[in-house]
Amino acid sequence: MIRTLPQSRGYSFGFKLYMLVYFTFLFAPLVITCVLAFNDSQFPSLPWKGFTLEWFTADLPHRVGIFHDRINLDSIWVSLKVASFVTLLAVGVGTCGAFLFEQEEFRYKQLLYFLMISPLVIPGVILGISILMFSTTLGLYFEQSWNLDVALFRPGVWLVVLGQFSFIATLVTLVVSARLKKFDRTLEEAAMNLGANRFEVIWYITLRFLRPAIIGSGAVAFLMSFENFNTTLFLVGSEATLPINLYLQVRDGSTPVINAISFLLILGTSLLALVSSLVAKKSDQAT
Amino acid sequence: MNTSARAKNRNFRWGLLFFLAPVCLWLFLLIVLPHIDLLIMSFRAENDMGDMVWSLSNYRNFFEEPVYWLTYVRTAIYSVLVTFLTFCITLPLAFYITKVVCPRYQGFLTILLLMPFWVSELVRVYGWMILLRESGVVNHFLLKIGLLNQPIEMLYRDTTMVLGLVYTSMLFMVVPLISVLESLDDSLIEAAHDLGANTWSILFKIIIPHATPGIVSGSIVVFMLTLGNYLTPNLMGGKNSLWFTEQIYNQFIASFNWNQGSAFGFLLLIISSLIVWLGLTLSRQKLGKVVQ
Repeated sequence: MIRTLPQSRGYSFGFKLYMLVYFTFLFAPLVITCVLAFNDSQFPSLPWKGFTLEWFTADLPHRVGIFHDRINLDSIWVSLKVASFVTLLAVGVGTCGAFLFEQEEFRYKQLLYFLMISPLVIPGVILGISILMFSTTLGLYFEQSWNLDVALFRPGVWLVVLGQFSFIATLVTLVVSARLKKFDRTLEEAAMNLGANRFEVIWYITLRFLRPAIIGSGAVAFLMSFENFNTTLFLVGSEATLPINLYLQVRDGSTPVINAISFLLILGTSLLALVSSLVAKKSDQAT
Repeated sequence: MNTSARAKNRNFRWGLLFFLAPVCLWLFLLIVLPHIDLLIMSFRAENDMGDMVWSLSNYRNFFEEPVYWLTYVRTAIYSVLVTFLTFCITLPLAFYITKVVCPRYQGFLTILLLMPFWVSELVRVYGWMILLRESGVVNHFLLKIGLLNQPIEMLYRDTTMVLGLVYTSMLFMVVPLISVLESLDDSLIEAAHDLGANTWSILFKIIIPHATPGIVSGSIVVFMLTLGNYLTPNLMGGKNSLWFTEQIYNQFIASFNWNQGSAFGFLLLIISSLIVWLGLTLSRQKLGKVVQ
Protein backbone atom coordinates (compact mmCIF):
# COMPACT_ATOMS: atom_id res chain seq x y z
CA MET A 1 0.00 0.00 0.00
CA ILE A 2 2.60 2.55 1.07
CA ARG A 3 6.34 2.34 1.11
CA THR A 4 6.59 0.82 4.61
CA LEU A 5 4.18 -1.99 3.76
CA PRO A 6 4.86 -4.99 1.54
CA GLN A 7 3.58 -4.45 -1.98
CA SER A 8 2.45 -7.04 -4.46
CA ARG A 9 4.30 -7.02 -7.74
CA GLY A 10 1.19 -6.19 -9.72
CA TYR A 11 0.46 -3.22 -7.47
CA SER A 12 3.80 -1.50 -7.89
CA PHE A 13 3.98 -2.36 -11.58
CA GLY A 14 0.50 -0.95 -12.10
CA PHE A 15 1.48 2.30 -10.39
CA LYS A 16 4.65 2.63 -12.45
CA LEU A 17 2.72 2.06 -15.65
CA TYR A 18 0.16 4.67 -14.59
CA MET A 19 2.91 7.21 -13.95
CA LEU A 20 4.51 6.47 -17.29
CA VAL A 21 1.23 6.93 -19.16
CA TYR A 22 0.46 10.07 -17.18
CA PHE A 23 3.78 11.73 -17.88
CA THR A 24 3.54 10.83 -21.56
CA PHE A 25 0.10 12.45 -21.60
CA LEU A 26 1.51 15.45 -19.76
CA PHE A 27 4.50 16.10 -21.98
CA ALA A 28 3.38 14.85 -25.41
CA PRO A 29 1.80 18.11 -26.62
CA LEU A 30 4.73 20.23 -25.45
CA VAL A 31 7.43 17.95 -26.83
CA ILE A 32 5.75 17.59 -30.19
CA THR A 33 5.26 21.37 -30.44
CA CYS A 34 8.96 21.95 -29.81
CA VAL A 35 10.10 19.20 -32.19
CA LEU A 36 7.97 20.45 -35.07
CA ALA A 37 9.43 23.94 -34.72
CA PHE A 38 12.56 22.50 -36.34
CA ASN A 39 10.85 20.55 -39.11
CA ASP A 40 11.68 21.69 -42.65
CA SER A 41 8.05 21.65 -43.82
CA GLN A 42 5.43 24.30 -44.61
CA PHE A 43 2.97 22.79 -42.09
CA PRO A 44 3.37 21.88 -38.41
CA SER A 45 2.89 18.15 -39.01
CA LEU A 46 4.82 14.97 -39.72
CA PRO A 47 6.49 13.46 -41.82
CA TRP A 48 9.88 14.70 -40.76
CA LYS A 49 11.55 16.50 -43.64
CA GLY A 50 14.86 17.38 -42.05
CA PHE A 51 16.20 19.77 -39.44
CA THR A 52 16.03 23.51 -40.05
CA LEU A 53 16.33 26.74 -38.12
CA GLU A 54 14.47 28.67 -40.82
CA TRP A 55 11.32 29.08 -38.72
CA PHE A 56 13.44 31.21 -36.40
CA THR A 57 15.85 33.01 -38.70
CA ALA A 58 14.60 32.96 -42.31
CA ASP A 59 13.51 36.10 -44.11
CA LEU A 60 12.35 34.60 -47.40
CA PRO A 61 9.21 35.38 -49.43
CA HIS A 62 7.53 32.03 -48.64
CA ARG A 63 8.94 31.60 -45.17
CA VAL A 64 9.36 34.32 -42.52
CA GLY A 65 11.01 33.20 -39.28
CA ILE A 66 9.95 34.59 -35.91
CA PHE A 67 12.96 36.92 -35.67
CA HIS A 68 11.73 38.79 -38.76
CA ASP A 69 8.00 38.51 -38.14
CA ARG A 70 6.94 42.08 -37.34
CA ILE A 71 3.41 41.30 -36.14
CA ASN A 72 4.46 38.61 -33.71
CA LEU A 73 7.47 40.56 -32.46
CA ASP A 74 5.25 43.59 -31.86
CA SER A 75 2.78 41.51 -29.87
CA ILE A 76 5.60 40.05 -27.76
CA TRP A 77 6.71 43.60 -27.01
CA VAL A 78 3.16 44.63 -26.04
CA SER A 79 2.87 41.60 -23.76
CA LEU A 80 6.20 42.34 -22.08
CA LYS A 81 5.13 45.94 -21.52
CA VAL A 82 1.75 44.95 -20.09
CA ALA A 83 3.27 42.26 -17.88
CA SER A 84 5.87 44.68 -16.46
CA PHE A 85 3.26 47.26 -15.51
CA VAL A 86 0.91 44.63 -14.08
CA THR A 87 3.75 43.16 -11.99
CA LEU A 88 4.75 46.56 -10.60
CA LEU A 89 1.19 47.53 -9.76
CA ALA A 90 0.17 44.14 -8.39
CA VAL A 91 3.27 43.77 -6.21
CA GLY A 92 2.86 47.32 -4.85
CA VAL A 93 -0.83 47.09 -4.06
CA GLY A 94 -0.67 43.42 -3.08
CA THR A 95 2.04 44.12 -0.49
CA CYS A 96 -0.07 46.97 0.89
CA GLY A 97 -2.96 44.52 1.07
CA ALA A 98 -0.87 41.99 2.98
CA PHE A 99 0.10 44.63 5.58
CA LEU A 100 -3.48 45.83 5.77
CA PHE A 101 -4.99 42.42 6.46
CA GLU A 102 -2.19 41.07 8.66
CA GLN A 103 -1.17 44.05 10.78
CA GLU A 104 -4.03 46.54 10.87
CA GLU A 105 -7.35 46.42 12.64
CA PHE A 106 -10.35 48.36 11.37
CA ARG A 107 -14.09 48.07 10.97
CA TYR A 108 -15.47 45.94 8.15
CA LYS A 109 -12.13 44.14 7.82
CA GLN A 110 -13.88 40.83 7.20
CA LEU A 111 -16.01 42.34 4.46
CA LEU A 112 -12.99 43.86 2.76
CA TYR A 113 -11.12 40.57 3.04
CA PHE A 114 -14.01 38.80 1.38
CA LEU A 115 -13.94 41.37 -1.43
CA MET A 116 -10.18 40.88 -1.78
CA ILE A 117 -10.47 37.13 -2.37
CA SER A 118 -13.56 37.41 -4.56
CA PRO A 119 -11.57 37.75 -7.84
CA LEU A 120 -10.57 34.13 -7.32
CA VAL A 121 -14.15 32.99 -7.77
CA ILE A 122 -15.10 35.39 -10.57
CA PRO A 123 -14.43 33.91 -14.01
CA GLY A 124 -11.88 35.95 -15.98
CA VAL A 125 -14.38 36.55 -18.77
CA ILE A 126 -16.77 38.26 -16.34
CA LEU A 127 -13.99 40.47 -14.98
CA GLY A 128 -13.18 41.41 -18.57
CA ILE A 129 -16.72 42.37 -19.56
CA SER A 130 -17.54 44.19 -16.35
CA ILE A 131 -14.40 46.32 -16.53
CA LEU A 132 -15.04 46.99 -20.22
CA MET A 133 -18.58 48.16 -19.49
CA PHE A 134 -17.65 50.25 -16.50
CA SER A 135 -14.88 52.02 -18.38
CA THR A 136 -17.24 52.68 -21.27
CA THR A 137 -19.83 54.09 -18.86
CA LEU A 138 -17.18 56.33 -17.30
CA GLY A 139 -15.91 57.37 -20.72
CA LEU A 140 -19.42 58.36 -21.84
CA TYR A 141 -19.99 60.26 -18.61
CA PHE A 142 -16.74 62.22 -18.95
CA GLU A 143 -17.49 63.02 -22.57
CA GLN A 144 -21.01 64.23 -21.91
CA SER A 145 -20.28 66.16 -18.73
CA TRP A 146 -16.95 67.76 -19.45
CA ASN A 147 -16.39 67.04 -23.10
CA LEU A 148 -13.24 65.12 -22.18
CA ASP A 149 -12.04 62.17 -24.20
CA VAL A 150 -10.02 60.01 -21.83
CA ALA A 151 -7.89 57.41 -23.60
CA LEU A 152 -7.74 55.24 -20.49
CA PHE A 153 -11.43 54.39 -20.79
CA ARG A 154 -11.16 52.95 -24.29
CA PRO A 155 -10.03 49.36 -24.89
CA GLY A 156 -6.25 49.33 -25.12
CA VAL A 157 -3.03 48.59 -23.33
CA TRP A 158 -3.94 50.50 -20.14
CA LEU A 159 -7.29 48.84 -19.77
CA VAL A 160 -5.64 45.45 -20.24
CA VAL A 161 -3.16 46.35 -17.49
CA LEU A 162 -5.99 47.31 -15.11
CA GLY A 163 -8.05 44.23 -15.97
CA GLN A 164 -5.20 41.80 -15.33
CA PHE A 165 -4.10 43.70 -12.24
CA SER A 166 -7.59 43.35 -10.73
CA PHE A 167 -7.16 39.62 -10.07
CA ILE A 168 -3.37 39.22 -10.00
CA ALA A 169 -3.17 41.60 -7.02
CA THR A 170 -5.24 39.07 -5.04
CA LEU A 171 -2.66 36.41 -5.67
CA VAL A 172 0.21 38.66 -4.56
CA THR A 173 -1.73 39.65 -1.43
CA LEU A 174 -2.27 36.01 -0.48
CA VAL A 175 1.36 34.96 -1.08
CA VAL A 176 2.86 37.93 0.78
CA SER A 177 0.32 37.55 3.62
CA ALA A 178 1.35 33.93 4.08
CA ARG A 179 4.97 35.00 4.65
CA LEU A 180 4.02 37.99 6.80
CA LYS A 181 2.18 35.58 9.14
CA LYS A 182 5.52 33.95 9.97
CA PHE A 183 7.14 37.28 10.80
CA ASP A 184 8.25 37.71 14.40
CA ARG A 185 6.71 41.02 15.46
CA THR A 186 9.05 41.41 18.42
CA LEU A 187 11.65 42.52 15.86
CA GLU A 188 9.40 45.46 14.99
CA GLU A 189 8.90 46.31 18.64
CA ALA A 190 12.65 46.22 19.20
CA ALA A 191 13.23 48.61 16.32
CA MET A 192 10.50 50.94 17.59
CA ASN A 193 12.05 50.94 21.05
CA LEU A 194 15.31 51.95 19.43
CA GLY A 195 13.57 54.97 17.93
CA ALA A 196 12.52 53.89 14.44
CA ASN A 197 9.15 55.04 13.18
CA ARG A 198 6.66 52.72 11.52
CA PHE A 199 7.81 53.36 7.97
CA GLU A 200 11.47 52.88 8.84
CA VAL A 201 10.56 49.60 10.50
CA ILE A 202 8.67 48.43 7.43
CA TRP A 203 11.40 49.56 5.04
CA TYR A 204 14.43 48.24 6.93
CA ILE A 205 13.01 45.16 8.62
CA THR A 206 9.66 43.82 7.45
CA LEU A 207 10.23 44.30 3.71
CA ARG A 208 13.67 42.65 3.97
CA PHE A 209 11.97 39.66 5.53
CA LEU A 210 9.26 39.60 2.85
CA ARG A 211 11.68 39.78 -0.07
CA PRO A 212 11.50 36.13 -1.18
CA ALA A 213 7.69 36.20 -1.17
CA ILE A 214 7.67 39.49 -3.07
CA ILE A 215 10.12 38.24 -5.70
CA GLY A 216 8.31 34.92 -6.05
CA SER A 217 4.86 36.44 -6.36
CA GLY A 218 6.26 39.04 -8.76
CA ALA A 219 7.54 36.27 -11.04
CA VAL A 220 4.19 34.47 -10.92
CA ALA A 221 2.36 37.77 -11.53
CA PHE A 222 4.55 38.45 -14.57
CA LEU A 223 3.86 35.01 -16.02
CA MET A 224 0.12 35.14 -15.32
CA SER A 225 -0.12 38.52 -16.99
CA PHE A 226 2.03 37.45 -19.94
CA GLU A 227 -0.18 34.42 -20.56
CA ASN A 228 -3.58 35.83 -19.69
CA PHE A 229 -6.23 35.36 -22.32
CA ASN A 230 -9.74 35.43 -20.84
CA THR A 231 -9.73 38.90 -19.32
CA THR A 232 -7.53 40.41 -22.01
CA LEU A 233 -9.82 39.22 -24.81
CA PHE A 234 -12.45 41.85 -24.03
CA LEU A 235 -10.17 44.75 -23.13
CA VAL A 236 -7.65 44.59 -25.93
CA GLY A 237 -7.61 47.42 -28.44
CA SER A 238 -5.61 47.64 -31.64
CA GLU A 239 -2.39 46.46 -30.01
CA ALA A 240 -2.83 42.71 -29.49
CA THR A 241 -0.95 40.91 -26.74
CA LEU A 242 0.87 37.71 -27.65
CA PRO A 243 -1.82 35.22 -26.49
CA ILE A 244 -4.53 37.12 -28.40
CA ASN A 245 -2.35 37.32 -31.48
CA LEU A 246 -1.45 33.62 -31.30
CA TYR A 247 -5.09 32.71 -30.79
CA LEU A 248 -6.11 34.54 -33.97
CA GLN A 249 -3.37 32.75 -35.92
CA VAL A 250 -4.15 29.30 -34.49
CA ARG A 251 -7.86 29.73 -35.19
CA ASP A 252 -7.29 30.62 -38.83
CA GLY A 253 -4.76 27.90 -39.66
CA SER A 254 -1.23 27.52 -38.45
CA THR A 255 2.37 27.64 -39.60
CA PRO A 256 5.51 26.35 -37.88
CA VAL A 257 6.24 29.96 -36.85
CA ILE A 258 3.73 29.37 -34.04
CA ASN A 259 5.76 26.32 -33.02
CA ALA A 260 8.89 28.47 -33.01
CA ILE A 261 7.20 31.04 -30.73
CA SER A 262 5.90 28.24 -28.50
CA PHE A 263 9.39 26.79 -28.25
CA LEU A 264 10.77 30.17 -27.17
CA LEU A 265 7.92 30.56 -24.67
CA ILE A 266 8.52 27.13 -23.17
CA LEU A 267 12.23 27.90 -22.91
CA GLY A 268 11.60 31.32 -21.38
CA THR A 269 9.04 30.23 -18.83
CA SER A 270 11.14 27.25 -17.73
CA LEU A 271 14.11 29.56 -17.18
CA LEU A 272 11.99 32.05 -15.24
CA ALA A 273 10.53 29.25 -13.11
CA LEU A 274 13.99 27.87 -12.42
CA VAL A 275 15.49 31.25 -11.51
CA SER A 276 12.59 32.25 -9.26
CA SER A 277 12.64 28.93 -7.41
CA LEU A 278 16.43 29.22 -6.95
CA VAL A 279 16.09 32.78 -5.64
CA ALA A 280 13.34 31.70 -3.25
CA LYS A 281 15.43 28.79 -1.98
CA LYS A 282 18.50 30.97 -1.48
CA SER A 283 16.60 33.64 0.46
CA ASP A 284 14.91 30.95 2.53
CA GLN A 285 18.30 29.67 3.58
CA ALA A 286 19.53 33.19 4.28
CA THR A 287 16.78 33.96 6.77
CA MET B 1 4.38 58.98 28.15
CA ASN B 2 1.11 60.47 27.07
CA THR B 3 2.58 62.32 24.10
CA SER B 4 4.52 59.30 22.87
CA ALA B 5 1.39 57.17 23.02
CA ARG B 6 -0.47 59.79 21.03
CA ALA B 7 2.36 59.98 18.49
CA LYS B 8 2.26 56.22 18.14
CA ASN B 9 -1.46 56.36 17.67
CA ARG B 10 -1.14 59.01 14.95
CA ASN B 11 1.52 56.92 13.21
CA PHE B 12 -0.80 53.96 13.40
CA ARG B 13 -3.65 55.84 11.72
CA TRP B 14 -1.39 57.13 8.96
CA GLY B 15 -0.17 53.58 8.40
CA LEU B 16 -3.73 52.34 8.15
CA LEU B 17 -4.61 55.02 5.60
CA PHE B 18 -1.44 54.34 3.61
CA PHE B 19 -2.35 50.67 3.24
CA LEU B 20 -6.10 51.09 3.03
CA ALA B 21 -6.21 53.65 0.22
CA PRO B 22 -4.65 51.62 -2.62
CA VAL B 23 -6.51 48.46 -1.61
CA CYS B 24 -9.84 50.29 -1.52
CA LEU B 25 -9.17 51.97 -4.86
CA TRP B 26 -8.38 48.58 -6.38
CA LEU B 27 -11.38 46.76 -4.93
CA PHE B 28 -13.98 49.46 -5.50
CA LEU B 29 -12.92 50.76 -8.90
CA LEU B 30 -12.06 47.41 -10.47
CA ILE B 31 -14.27 44.88 -8.67
CA VAL B 32 -17.31 46.39 -6.92
CA LEU B 33 -18.39 49.23 -9.23
CA PRO B 34 -17.90 47.29 -12.50
CA HIS B 35 -20.05 44.46 -11.20
CA ILE B 36 -22.77 46.86 -10.07
CA ASP B 37 -22.63 48.38 -13.54
CA LEU B 38 -22.88 44.88 -15.02
CA LEU B 39 -25.98 44.18 -12.92
CA ILE B 40 -27.63 47.47 -13.90
CA MET B 41 -26.88 47.01 -17.60
CA SER B 42 -28.35 43.52 -17.55
CA PHE B 43 -31.72 44.96 -16.48
CA ARG B 44 -31.84 47.58 -19.21
CA ALA B 45 -33.03 47.10 -22.75
CA GLU B 46 -34.39 49.08 -25.69
CA ASN B 47 -38.16 49.38 -25.84
CA ASP B 48 -40.16 49.68 -29.05
CA MET B 49 -39.36 53.38 -29.30
CA GLY B 50 -35.62 52.72 -29.19
CA ASP B 51 -35.13 54.18 -25.71
CA MET B 52 -33.27 52.43 -22.92
CA VAL B 53 -35.66 51.38 -20.16
CA TRP B 54 -35.65 49.06 -17.16
CA SER B 55 -36.69 45.64 -18.31
CA LEU B 56 -36.38 41.93 -17.69
CA SER B 57 -36.29 41.13 -21.39
CA ASN B 58 -32.61 40.11 -21.37
CA TYR B 59 -33.35 37.42 -18.84
CA ARG B 60 -36.59 36.48 -20.60
CA ASN B 61 -34.64 35.97 -23.84
CA PHE B 62 -32.37 33.58 -22.03
CA PHE B 63 -35.20 31.35 -20.87
CA GLU B 64 -37.22 31.55 -24.07
CA GLU B 65 -34.38 30.73 -26.44
CA PRO B 66 -33.47 27.04 -25.95
CA VAL B 67 -30.01 27.48 -27.44
CA TYR B 68 -29.04 29.83 -24.60
CA TRP B 69 -30.18 27.84 -21.61
CA LEU B 70 -29.16 24.54 -23.17
CA THR B 71 -25.63 25.87 -23.54
CA TYR B 72 -25.83 27.10 -19.97
CA VAL B 73 -26.86 23.73 -18.56
CA ARG B 74 -24.40 21.90 -20.80
CA THR B 75 -21.52 24.11 -19.66
CA ALA B 76 -22.37 23.53 -16.00
CA ILE B 77 -22.73 19.75 -16.39
CA TYR B 78 -19.54 19.42 -18.41
CA SER B 79 -17.66 21.52 -15.84
CA VAL B 80 -18.76 19.20 -13.04
CA LEU B 81 -17.77 16.20 -15.16
CA VAL B 82 -14.34 17.69 -15.90
CA THR B 83 -13.82 18.42 -12.21
CA PHE B 84 -14.68 14.83 -11.30
CA LEU B 85 -12.45 13.34 -14.01
CA THR B 86 -9.55 15.58 -12.99
CA PHE B 87 -9.92 14.36 -9.42
CA CYS B 88 -9.96 10.68 -10.48
CA ILE B 89 -6.83 11.11 -12.59
CA THR B 90 -4.78 13.11 -10.09
CA LEU B 91 -5.61 11.27 -6.85
CA PRO B 92 -3.47 8.15 -7.61
CA LEU B 93 -0.75 10.47 -8.83
CA ALA B 94 -0.70 12.55 -5.64
CA PHE B 95 -0.83 9.36 -3.57
CA TYR B 96 2.07 7.82 -5.47
CA ILE B 97 4.24 10.92 -5.08
CA THR B 98 3.54 11.42 -1.38
CA LYS B 99 3.31 7.84 -0.12
CA VAL B 100 4.66 5.22 -2.51
CA VAL B 101 7.66 6.49 -4.45
CA CYS B 102 11.13 6.43 -2.93
CA PRO B 103 11.55 9.83 -1.17
CA ARG B 104 14.68 10.54 -3.20
CA TYR B 105 12.61 11.05 -6.39
CA GLN B 106 9.82 12.96 -4.68
CA GLY B 107 11.11 16.48 -5.34
CA PHE B 108 12.11 15.69 -8.88
CA LEU B 109 8.70 14.19 -9.73
CA THR B 110 6.89 17.16 -8.22
CA ILE B 111 8.88 19.64 -10.29
CA LEU B 112 8.34 17.52 -13.40
CA LEU B 113 4.63 17.49 -12.65
CA LEU B 114 4.33 21.25 -12.30
CA MET B 115 6.58 22.26 -15.18
CA PRO B 116 4.08 22.09 -18.09
CA PHE B 117 1.73 24.43 -16.28
CA TRP B 118 4.15 27.31 -16.35
CA VAL B 119 3.64 27.30 -20.10
CA SER B 120 0.78 29.31 -21.56
CA GLU B 121 -2.57 27.55 -21.94
CA LEU B 122 -2.59 28.54 -25.59
CA VAL B 123 0.63 26.65 -26.27
CA ARG B 124 -0.72 23.54 -24.56
CA VAL B 125 -3.98 23.64 -26.52
CA TYR B 126 -2.01 24.22 -29.71
CA GLY B 127 0.10 21.16 -28.90
CA TRP B 128 -3.05 19.04 -28.63
CA MET B 129 -4.31 20.48 -31.90
CA ILE B 130 -1.24 19.42 -33.86
CA LEU B 131 -1.36 16.02 -32.19
CA LEU B 132 -5.02 15.27 -32.86
CA ARG B 133 -6.04 17.04 -36.05
CA GLU B 134 -6.74 15.17 -39.26
CA SER B 135 -3.22 15.72 -40.55
CA GLY B 136 -1.89 15.44 -37.02
CA VAL B 137 0.86 13.41 -35.44
CA VAL B 138 -1.36 10.71 -33.85
CA ASN B 139 -3.09 10.06 -37.16
CA HIS B 140 0.30 9.91 -38.86
CA PHE B 141 1.51 7.17 -36.52
CA LEU B 142 -1.76 5.21 -36.62
CA LEU B 143 -1.62 5.22 -40.43
CA LYS B 144 2.01 4.17 -40.40
CA ILE B 145 1.50 1.12 -38.20
CA GLY B 146 -1.58 0.21 -40.20
CA LEU B 147 -4.28 0.65 -37.58
CA LEU B 148 -6.11 3.09 -39.82
CA ASN B 149 -6.64 3.20 -43.55
CA GLN B 150 -7.47 6.86 -43.73
CA PRO B 151 -7.05 9.66 -41.24
CA ILE B 152 -9.92 10.45 -38.90
CA GLU B 153 -10.71 13.83 -37.40
CA MET B 154 -10.14 13.52 -33.65
CA LEU B 155 -10.36 17.23 -32.95
CA TYR B 156 -13.64 19.17 -32.66
CA ARG B 157 -15.50 16.56 -30.59
CA ASP B 158 -16.89 16.78 -27.09
CA THR B 159 -14.52 14.06 -25.91
CA THR B 160 -11.52 16.01 -27.16
CA MET B 161 -12.79 19.14 -25.51
CA VAL B 162 -13.15 17.33 -22.18
CA LEU B 163 -9.63 15.94 -22.59
CA GLY B 164 -8.29 19.43 -23.21
CA LEU B 165 -10.13 20.87 -20.22
CA VAL B 166 -8.92 18.08 -17.91
CA TYR B 167 -5.36 18.56 -19.14
CA THR B 168 -5.52 22.31 -18.52
CA SER B 169 -6.86 22.01 -15.00
CA MET B 170 -4.89 19.04 -13.56
CA LEU B 171 -2.35 21.25 -11.82
CA PHE B 172 -4.95 23.01 -9.69
CA MET B 173 -6.14 19.66 -8.37
CA VAL B 174 -2.79 17.94 -7.87
CA VAL B 175 -1.15 20.70 -5.80
CA PRO B 176 -3.78 20.79 -3.00
CA LEU B 177 -4.01 16.99 -3.07
CA ILE B 178 -0.25 16.58 -2.59
CA SER B 179 -0.17 19.07 0.27
CA VAL B 180 -3.12 17.45 2.04
CA LEU B 181 -1.80 13.89 1.60
CA GLU B 182 1.58 14.94 2.98
CA SER B 183 -0.13 15.66 6.29
CA LEU B 184 -1.71 12.18 6.42
CA ASP B 185 0.04 10.05 9.03
CA ASP B 186 1.38 6.82 7.47
CA SER B 187 0.72 4.87 10.65
CA LEU B 188 -3.03 5.19 10.12
CA ILE B 189 -2.74 3.31 6.86
CA GLU B 190 -0.35 0.79 8.43
CA ALA B 191 -2.76 0.17 11.30
CA ALA B 192 -5.69 -0.33 8.95
CA HIS B 193 -3.59 -2.70 6.89
CA ASP B 194 -2.57 -4.72 9.95
CA LEU B 195 -6.20 -4.99 10.98
CA GLY B 196 -6.97 -6.54 7.64
CA ALA B 197 -8.53 -3.67 5.67
CA ASN B 198 -8.26 -4.01 1.92
CA THR B 199 -7.15 -1.27 -0.48
CA TRP B 200 -10.64 0.00 -1.19
CA SER B 201 -11.74 0.40 2.39
CA ILE B 202 -8.44 2.16 3.20
CA LEU B 203 -9.13 4.50 0.28
CA PHE B 204 -12.70 5.32 1.25
CA LYS B 205 -12.40 5.22 5.05
CA ILE B 206 -9.00 6.86 5.58
CA ILE B 207 -7.50 8.58 2.57
CA ILE B 208 -10.54 10.36 1.13
CA PRO B 209 -11.96 11.59 4.48
CA HIS B 210 -8.54 12.97 5.40
CA ALA B 211 -8.07 14.61 2.01
CA THR B 212 -11.47 16.34 1.91
CA PRO B 213 -10.21 19.93 2.46
CA GLY B 214 -7.70 19.51 -0.38
CA ILE B 215 -10.28 17.88 -2.62
CA VAL B 216 -12.74 20.72 -2.02
CA SER B 217 -10.28 23.52 -2.67
CA GLY B 218 -8.92 21.78 -5.77
CA SER B 219 -12.40 21.10 -7.07
CA ILE B 220 -13.51 24.69 -6.60
CA VAL B 221 -10.57 26.08 -8.53
CA VAL B 222 -10.89 23.49 -11.30
CA PHE B 223 -14.62 24.04 -11.59
CA MET B 224 -14.23 27.82 -11.74
CA LEU B 225 -11.49 27.71 -14.34
CA THR B 226 -13.37 25.20 -16.49
CA LEU B 227 -16.64 27.10 -16.34
CA GLY B 228 -14.91 30.35 -17.29
CA ASN B 229 -12.66 28.83 -19.92
CA TYR B 230 -12.95 30.20 -23.41
CA LEU B 231 -9.83 29.07 -25.22
CA THR B 232 -10.08 25.28 -24.93
CA PRO B 233 -13.78 24.83 -25.86
CA ASN B 234 -13.35 27.33 -28.65
CA LEU B 235 -10.28 25.74 -30.24
CA MET B 236 -10.80 22.05 -29.41
CA GLY B 237 -14.60 21.75 -29.34
CA GLY B 238 -16.60 21.52 -32.53
CA LYS B 239 -19.40 23.66 -33.91
CA ASN B 240 -21.91 21.81 -31.70
CA SER B 241 -19.95 22.07 -28.48
CA LEU B 242 -20.72 25.67 -27.67
CA TRP B 243 -19.53 26.93 -24.27
CA PHE B 244 -21.42 29.59 -22.35
CA THR B 245 -18.46 31.97 -22.39
CA GLU B 246 -18.62 31.81 -26.17
CA GLN B 247 -22.24 32.97 -26.00
CA ILE B 248 -21.10 35.92 -23.89
CA TYR B 249 -18.33 36.70 -26.35
CA ASN B 250 -20.79 36.51 -29.27
CA GLN B 251 -23.18 38.94 -27.58
CA PHE B 252 -20.41 41.39 -26.82
CA ILE B 253 -18.21 41.29 -29.88
CA ALA B 254 -20.34 39.86 -32.70
CA SER B 255 -23.88 41.14 -32.04
CA PHE B 256 -22.75 44.12 -30.00
CA ASN B 257 -25.72 43.55 -27.66
CA TRP B 258 -24.00 44.49 -24.41
CA ASN B 259 -27.14 44.36 -22.30
CA GLN B 260 -27.88 40.79 -23.31
CA GLY B 261 -24.20 39.95 -22.78
CA SER B 262 -24.21 41.37 -19.25
CA ALA B 263 -27.30 39.33 -18.40
CA PHE B 264 -25.43 36.23 -19.57
CA GLY B 265 -22.37 37.29 -17.59
CA PHE B 266 -24.45 37.64 -14.49
CA LEU B 267 -26.08 34.26 -15.01
CA LEU B 268 -22.61 32.68 -15.29
CA LEU B 269 -21.57 34.43 -12.09
CA ILE B 270 -24.70 33.16 -10.35
CA ILE B 271 -24.19 29.53 -11.29
CA SER B 272 -20.50 29.57 -10.41
CA SER B 273 -21.16 31.13 -6.98
CA LEU B 274 -24.07 28.75 -6.43
CA ILE B 275 -22.08 25.59 -7.16
CA VAL B 276 -19.04 26.81 -5.20
CA TRP B 277 -21.31 27.63 -2.26
CA LEU B 278 -22.98 24.22 -2.55
CA GLY B 279 -19.61 22.48 -2.56
CA LEU B 280 -18.44 24.45 0.48
CA THR B 281 -21.63 23.78 2.42
CA LEU B 282 -21.75 20.07 1.64
CA SER B 283 -18.16 19.59 2.77
CA ARG B 284 -18.37 22.12 5.64
CA GLN B 285 -15.40 24.18 4.48
CA LYS B 286 -14.87 27.96 4.53
CA LEU B 287 -13.82 29.97 1.49
CA GLY B 288 -11.29 32.04 3.42
CA LYS B 289 -9.63 28.86 4.64
CA VAL B 290 -9.79 27.04 1.34
CA VAL B 291 -7.98 29.69 -0.72
CA GLN B 292 -4.92 29.44 1.46
